[in-house]
Amino acid sequence: MLTATLVVALRNPIHSALSLLVMFFHVAGLYVTLHAEFLAAIQIIVYAGAILVLYLFVVMLLNIKREEQFNKQGVVAMFLGFVLLAETVLLGISRGFLIASPHAPLPVQAGASVGNTESIGELLYSTYLFPFEIASLILLVAMVGAVILTKKGIMEPKS
Amino acid sequence: MDVPVEYYLALSGLVFLIGLVGVLVRRNIIIILLSIELMLNATNINFVAFSSYLGNLAGQVFVFFALTVAAAEVAVGLAIIIALYRHHESINVDDFSLLKW
Repeated sequence: MLTATLVVALRNPIHSALSLLVMFFHVAGLYVTLHAEFLAAIQIIVYAGAILVLYLFVVMLLNIKREEQFNKQGVVAMFLGFVLLAETVLLGISRGFLIASPHAPLPVQAGASVGNTESIGELLYSTYLFPFEIASLILLVAMVGAVILTKKGIMEPKS
Repeated sequence: MDVPVEYYLALSGLVFLIGLVGVLVRRNIIIILLSIELMLNATNINFVAFSSYLGNLAGQVFVFFALTVAAAEVAVGLAIIIALYRHHESINVDDFSLLKW
């Protein structure tokens, strides 16, 4: 929560990327408390390991100077965010969520008593086999697209 | 470990809100992409919270797919940023008001 705020608030892109890293670790901890150990491991490996490294690489590559932090519609956006926050809090209060939960929360069922990873794998390869293949296709397309976009000479205008 | 699910929902809503404000407020493209990651993480927290609350593993599978899509989005987004930087020597959003080069 705090680190999420830091991501937006910090001026230096490297610092905000690092605070995003801390936030990813916190989210992984949340997954562990929610009995999703496989996703916690995936979160750390993929997000903290791969995506953050990619971000830091690009930040270092582009060699960005300090610049102005907020843009012109910042006031409007802050106002919008404030309104949304107030709405959320009002809704929470009116539904009694934030004051006291009126009903006792359902006991968190251990969705997978025998190995979280094993049951996720079974579900992934049986029910969600087709979306799984589509996801691999998406990754392939993204890889090709990234290579083509960054390759010199293809995207240059013909002059 | 009996945290009520409302807390997770409130946290995810707040993180999503922070990401939204970040997208709207910042002018650095990289930070805008980071804020998008923040929003995706908020939805993932929501998915996992409900999946654990309802005892249904489909939510976690969905988080898996959201992760792959996020990785693809990051790759393409950073490639676009690098291509833009080659053209304009800047990654400030305000400089990109043209739709053609």
